[in-house]
Amino acid sequence: MRTASERDLLTRLHIDGALLGGALLICVLGLVVLYSASGQSLEVVMRQALRMLLGLGAMCAIAQISPLRLARWAPVFYVIGTALLFAVFLFGTGRGAHRWLEIGVIRFQPSEIMKLAVPLTVAWFVSDKILPPKLPIIAIVFVLILIPGAFVSEQPDLGTAILIVTAGLLVLFFAGLSWRWIAAAAAVIVVLAPIGWYAMHDYQRQRILTLLDPAKDPLGTGYHIIQSIIAVGSGGWSGKGWLNGTQSHLEFLPERATDFIFAVYCEEFGLLGVLVMLAAYSLVLARGVQIAFAAQEVFGRLVAASLSVTLFIYIFVNMGMVTGQLPVVGVPLPMVSYGGTSLVTLMTGFGILMSIQTHRRFIVES
Amino acid sequence: MPLFKPRRFSSLRGNSAPHKAPARELGLFQRRVWLTVIGMVMLALLLVARLFFLQVLHHDHYTTLSQENRLRVLPIPPTRGRIYSREGILLADNRPSFALELIPEEAPDLKRSLRELGQVITLDDDERQRFQTELNQKRRFDTVTFKNNLTEEEVAVFAVNRHRFPGFDIKARLTRYYPLGSQFAHLVGFVGRINVEELNRIDAGNYNGTTQIGKEGVEKAQEDLLHGVAGYQNVEVNAQGRVLRVVERMPAVPGQDLHLTVDTALQAAAVSALAGQSGAIVAIEPATGAVLAFVSNPAFDPNEFVNGISVRLYSALRDSPDRPLFNRALQGLYPPGSTIKPAMAISALHYGVRGASDRTWCPGWLRLPGHAHRYRCWQKDGHGGVDLVRAIAESCDVYFYAAAKDLGIDRMHEMLGQFGLGKRTDIDLPGELGGLLASREWKRRTRKLPWYPGETLINGIGQGFMLATPLQLAHMATIFANRGEVLVPHVVASVENPLTGKVIAGAPARRSPVPIPSAEHWQLAIAGMHEVVQGERGTARATGAGAQYAYAGKTGTAQLFKIAQNRTVKNEDLIKKLRDHALFVAFAPLEQPRIALGIVVENGESGSHTAAPIARQLFDFFLNQQTGDDAHG
Repeated sequence: MRTASERDLLTRLHIDGALLGGALLICVLGLVVLYSASGQSLEVVMRQALRMLLGLGAMCAIAQISPLRLARWAPVFYVIGTALLFAVFLFGTGRGAHRWLEIGVIRFQPSEIMKLAVPLTVAWFVSDKILPPKLPIIAIVFVLILIPGAFVSEQPDLGTAILIVTAGLLVLFFAGLSWRWIAAAAAVIVVLAPIGWYAMHDYQRQRILTLLDPAKDPLGTGYHIIQSIIAVGSGGWSGKGWLNGTQSHLEFLPERATDFIFAVYCEEFGLLGVLVMLAAYSLVLARGVQIAFAAQEVFGRLVAASLSVTLFIYIFVNMGMVTGQLPVVGVPLPMVSYGGTSLVTLMTGFGILMSIQTHRRFIVES
Repeated sequence: MPLFKPRRFSSLRGNSAPHKAPARELGLFQRRVWLTVIGMVMLALLLVARLFFLQVLHHDHYTTLSQENRLRVLPIPPTRGRIYSREGILLADNRPSFALELIPEEAPDLKRSLRELGQVITLDDDERQRFQTELNQKRRFDTVTFKNNLTEEEVAVFAVNRHRFPGFDIKARLTRYYPLGSQFAHLVGFVGRINVEELNRIDAGNYNGTTQIGKEGVEKAQEDLLHGVAGYQNVEVNAQGRVLRVVERMPAVPGQDLHLTVDTALQAAAVSALAGQSGAIVAIEPATGAVLAFVSNPAFDPNEFVNGISVRLYSALRDSPDRPLFNRALQGLYPPGSTIKPAMAISALHYGVRGASDRTWCPGWLRLPGHAHRYRCWQKDGHGGVDLVRAIAESCDVYFYAAAKDLGIDRMHEMLGQFGLGKRTDIDLPGELGGLLASREWKRRTRKLPWYPGETLINGIGQGFMLATPLQLAHMATIFANRGEVLVPHVVASVENPLTGKVIAGAPARRSPVPIPSAEHWQLAIAGMHEVVQGERGTARATGAGAQYAYAGKTGTAQLFKIAQNRTVKNEDLIKKLRDHALFVAFAPLEQPRIALGIVVENGESGSHTAAPIARQLFDFFLNQQTGDDAHG
């Protein structure tokens, strides 16, 4: 057993090598495919690279803060985040959906804060309770999760709302939520699903219908799915080669730099390329799960497990959407899709994982 | 072998609660995480399996789709709904027409082709200019129309010489046609090419393939019903975009056919009654609010707009001093003049400032106490003692100056508003104006000035700060015909689904009635209106004489030229543009009215001489026609 003073350099800097390596690998893959998807715009790639650096900075900064302090600050962020969501509800800007808040020149989505604040807060709340949690605890956690969830789905941004709620519920699940409750919740969902169907916005309903039968609306939403599947399928084993994707370059593929960037990747790099990308994601995910196992505090392990699984959900939902298995919900592919907000949130999440890993009090030989 | 070994800790530093069981909790946590890992691995395998299915098993299929034969979705534009009149006469039809189109990219020597084509198909200057503009605006691979509406001879000549003109092709399509041309231009409106502003508003998917959109009138108001739902066909095209095979076809749903409330015979009669004059006529069926005729003169041929009007023709229409593009019936604002006197009279009765038999002495003018200004009556020698019915019949200004002074502007504003003045009637046509009905508050807001007592007097005879559209005048006549019931005027009677033949008729929309409950008050005002046309001394008694039916009306003259105090000017001295507008509102027959009218003849000098005879003419025509119809069945 080594003491803190004997740790290697990276650990002393509170940086986890495996996590950093995996994240950088994915980022590089992302920039390569973005160059092609953006129509070979170096400017777009540079801008994205700059955001990645910003994300890395946020990651390193967060990693310096001990989990104990993160736990203490979690509820504060939760309250601020909820207040901002309320502000968006009142004065939000943005086309179609109100998601953005403008403060001076800064424009951001408060819902992004909640992607981290909700699991952290729930973990902080249940970590000192007797586990598995009893009914009153479960009830309070539900309220904690549903308040931001309701605001975000009202924006309307159903995809993000589901992710926020899921991140919170995952903490509860890892805390040992009784199977009886899980079964009961599943039953309630089955009963309420038809009611939810009526409460949905037209475009949300449309997306689900289109998934069931994309050919039904080939001029509208179904067009995305049809063209995306053609792009993926025509990639084959090894792909058409970098910058040679016809689907994307002939502009058949919509949203090709953002939500559908995975289709461009599949078309140009084929199944082998996809396996490389999946391997890179697996590295990060496996390290996340390992950190959860190794965590010594209840808070740390709940947060680590929840964040890792949430990352998996991101990846799966986006790839499922591009390959026509899930509805079009507008979830970007982590660290690959063009766009800054979710990138910084993800990197911050990695920072939290690193903090949990590197601030352990008893380091068992690793 | 697991990637990482679960570790257990017998003791944890920290704030564990006394009853917590760390070992048990940890075990539970680890079981859950393992379960989740298994779940994630399975989902990941599912994803890989799906990718294997798409990228390996069906690779050839998707390669075909993406490379050699690209799947393309071609829209099928729906057939636009037709528009019919009340009697089922076509007002807007779709006709097949042939256009010669060109894809510049596919013409190797465009200059030579155009030169040689000129010998086969001739273009006039307007057409050449339009073609050149379109050619310059569009991209090389977009379709450009060389000439619209080819004659059959031109189609035949081109077909024979087609091999000489690569890139050119004849396209058959349906074009909107308005059989009755200018007669319904201001009611039915017209369609035209979709412009940039409209592009942002419409559902791009549904208009993919549609070239035209309703621009004015019913065509614009009912665009959603008329347009229909676009169909599509999935086709395989080669790299050049040529269609190789139709994979799937979904037919378009045609637009709904519309049946309007207008009577073409009455409309034609109204158009010819206004021939050579600028003005507007609106006829409404009182029982339903259905618009029977809707004329704004002069008009234009809507067919000119369908395939893009030439710049020359458009500037001619736009710059014409008679303003044929201007929809006078809907947007023309005229001082209503004496046509509001029946409404003034009934308001005076309702508020009790005048009784039925109260007389006002008219010496030819009225002066407000403490003011030198004389408010003059049109009858400069005065009417003598007039009661309410006579005041309406002879249109005595002094009676209504005095009534207005006693009512006050606030009560006038309240009650005249009930007759539809100062607000839109909400007819189902686009661009309606609401006119002007002044109030103290309006003047303070817009002019930053207080209301002066003299303005109340001027308002009392429908002049000053008061403007109304011919539609509003007809609407006011309808309210009198209905004794206070207010129906929203409408032009669409029913909507017919061309596939099923199912007809959905609209129900008349009612507004809250004029809050004057006394039948006697209505009777008195209407008696005055009846006297106007069929009484001994009515202003329009000349036109009412000899009618087979009893009817009611009110003349009005909207002053354009301010006459200085103490001077009289003969109208003949004024050039035509400065002559007064002639107005008339009327309904017939007196009991169970079937038609109400609002008429404005611009520069027609006086309501009784120009506008009132038109009403008589239209009533005779319409009521006889109806009787004739009844006799037939």
